[in-house]
Amino acid sequence: MIGLEHYLTVAAALFVIGIFGLFLNRKNVIILLMSIELMLLSVNINLVAFSSYLGDLVGQVFTLFVLTVAAAEAAIGLAILVCFFRNRGTIAVEDINVMKG
Amino acid sequence: MQADLNVILPEIVISVYAIAALLFGAYTGKDKMAGMLVWLTAALFAVMALWIGASSGGGTRTAFDGMFNDDGFARFAKVTILLSAGAVLVLGQEYMARRDILRFEYPLLVALAVVGMMVMVSAGDLMALYMGLELQSLALYVVASLRRDSAKSTEAGLKYFVLGALSSGLLLYGASLTYGYAGTTLFSGIIDAADGQAPIGLLLGLVFVLAGLAFKISAVPFHMWTPDVYEGAPTPITAFFATAPKVAAMALVARVVHDAFGEVVGDWQQVLAVLSLLSMFLGGIAAIGQTDIKRLMAYSSIAHMGYALMGLAAGTVFGVQAMLIYMAIYVTMNVGTFAFILSMERDGQPVTDIRALNMYSKAQPGRALAMLILLFSLAGVPPLLGFFGKLYVLRAAYEGGLAWLAVAGVIASVIGAFYYLRIVFYMYFGEEGETLETGRSPVQWAFLMASAAVMLLGIVNMFGVETMAQAAAATLVN
Repeated sequence: MIGLEHYLTVAAALFVIGIFGLFLNRKNVIILLMSIELMLLSVNINLVAFSSYLGDLVGQVFTLFVLTVAAAEAAIGLAILVCFFRNRGTIAVEDINVMKG
Repeated sequence: MQADLNVILPEIVISVYAIAALLFGAYTGKDKMAGMLVWLTAALFAVMALWIGASSGGGTRTAFDGMFNDDGFARFAKVTILLSAGAVLVLGQEYMARRDILRFEYPLLVALAVVGMMVMVSAGDLMALYMGLELQSLALYVVASLRRDSAKSTEAGLKYFVLGALSSGLLLYGASLTYGYAGTTLFSGIIDAADGQAPIGLLLGLVFVLAGLAFKISAVPFHMWTPDVYEGAPTPITAFFATAPKVAAMALVARVVHDAFGEVVGDWQQVLAVLSLLSMFLGGIAAIGQTDIKRLMAYSSIAHMGYALMGLAAGTVFGVQAMLIYMAIYVTMNVGTFAFILSMERDGQPVTDIRALNMYSKAQPGRALAMLILLFSLAGVPPLLGFFGKLYVLRAAYEGGLAWLAVAGVIASVIGAFYYLRIVFYMYFGEEGETLETGRSPVQWAFLMASAAVMLLGIVNMFGVETMAQAAAATLVN
C-alpha cells in the first residue's frame, strides 16, 4: 500500500536532486532552470499528498498558485538568460564571472 | 466581500495604477513618458503612505478569513516601504535619464514590487506570504537586469534570479511541511498546532521557511548574491534593493516568527541569533577589503541586517520595536548615502571606486560633511541617530537574555566602523588627485542633506518614530 510517507520520500528526493543540480552543475544555465523547476514541482507533490492525506483542499489550491508562479518565474528566467546570451554569447555556468563572488 | 476589498484597497489602487500606466506607456510616447511616470509613481506612493499612516487609529482588521492582516505593524512597515521606494525613485530619475536607461517600465515594476511587499508585510497565510514574496521577487529580477546591453547588469539579474528562485524553493518546501503538520496554511491555525511541544515536521518547516527568508534579507550564510547584484545593477536600482525590499523581508520574518510560531520562541530564537551573529561579523570583516563603494554598501547592508535580526532574536515586544526603529533609521541613512553615491561621477561617467573620493572635502565641503555624518551614523558613532538604533537592538538582546549576542554586536560594530571611517579618511586626508565633478541633480543634493539633517536632529525625539514603533510592535506580539 502506498501511503503518505512514500510520496514525501519521493518529493524529498526530487527536492534534493534539484538543489544538487543547482550547485554541482557546471555546464549550462538551462540546467539550472530545470533544477529550479524540479524543486518547485517536488513541493507540489508534497502539497498534494498532504492535501489528500488531510482531506483538506487548501493544499491543492496552493499547488495551483505554485504552478502559476513557476510558469512566470521560468518566463522571466529565460528572458534574462536571452539578454545575458546577447551580451556574452555564452550560457555556460563557468562564464558567469564578470564579477567575483 | 466588500469589507474584505476595503481592507486591501491601497494594494488594489497601486496595482490598477501600474496596469493602467503600463497600457498608457505602451500605447503612447513610451520612454519619453518615463520621467513623468517616475514622479507620478513616487507621488502615488507618498499619497498612499499618508493614507495608510492617517488610518493608524483604525485598529486591527483582517480580510479573506484571516489571510490578510491590516494591523499597526503592517501599517508601520508599509509607510516605511512606500516612502523609501518613492524617495529612491525620484533620486535615480536624473541619473537614469542621462544614461539612457530610464525605461517607462522601471517605475511600474517598482510599483508592482511595492504591492508585493505590502502583501508580504500583511500576510496572515502561507499562500499570501508566497504570492507577495514572488510578486516582489519577480519584479526585482527584472529591474536588476534593466540595463539590457550591459554584461554586468544582466549577469547580476541572472545571479539574483537563480539564487532567488532557490530561496523560493526552500521557502516553499518549508511551507508545504508546515501545511502538512499543522493541517492549515493560516498563521492563526499554525500557532495553535505549534502550541506546547511542536511536532518535528513543523520545526523542519520553520527552519526551511526561515532559510528562504534569510536569502531575501541577505543574512549570512545566504548572502552570496548580495555583493554581485549590488555591483552589477545600475546604481539607482542598487539603492532600491538596499531599502524597501529589506524592510519588507525583515517585517515578514517578524510576522512569521511571531504570528505563526509565537508559541515556540526558543526554537527560532537560536536560529535568528546565529544568523545575526554571522551576518554582523561577515558583513564587517568582508567589507574591509572592498574598493567599490557599491560592494561595500552590500556588505554594510549584510551587517545591518545582522543587527536588525538581533532585535528580532530577543523574541520580545521590545525586540520587535527595536527592529522596526532600526530598519526605519537604516533606510533613512541608505537613501542619503545612495544620493551621494549617485552623484559620484567624472566626465559624465559614474565612478564607484572609493579612492576617487580623495580630498573630496576640498572640492565639496558641504557634501563631504553630509556624507561624513551619514558614514558616522552608519558606523554607529554617538551621538548620531545610527547609534541609537544600535542601542535599541543591543538593549533588546540583553533584556531578552542574549547578553553574549549583544557583546558580540558591540565588537562587530567596532570592526565595522573601520571601513566607514576609511571613506571619511579618503575624503578628508587622502592624497591630492583628480577630483570628482559636482553632482548636477538638486534632488540628490536635497536628499543627501535631508538625510544627514535627520541623523543630527532625530536624536531629540526620533520624530516620534519610537512611540509609533512601540504601538506597531504591540499589535504583532501578544
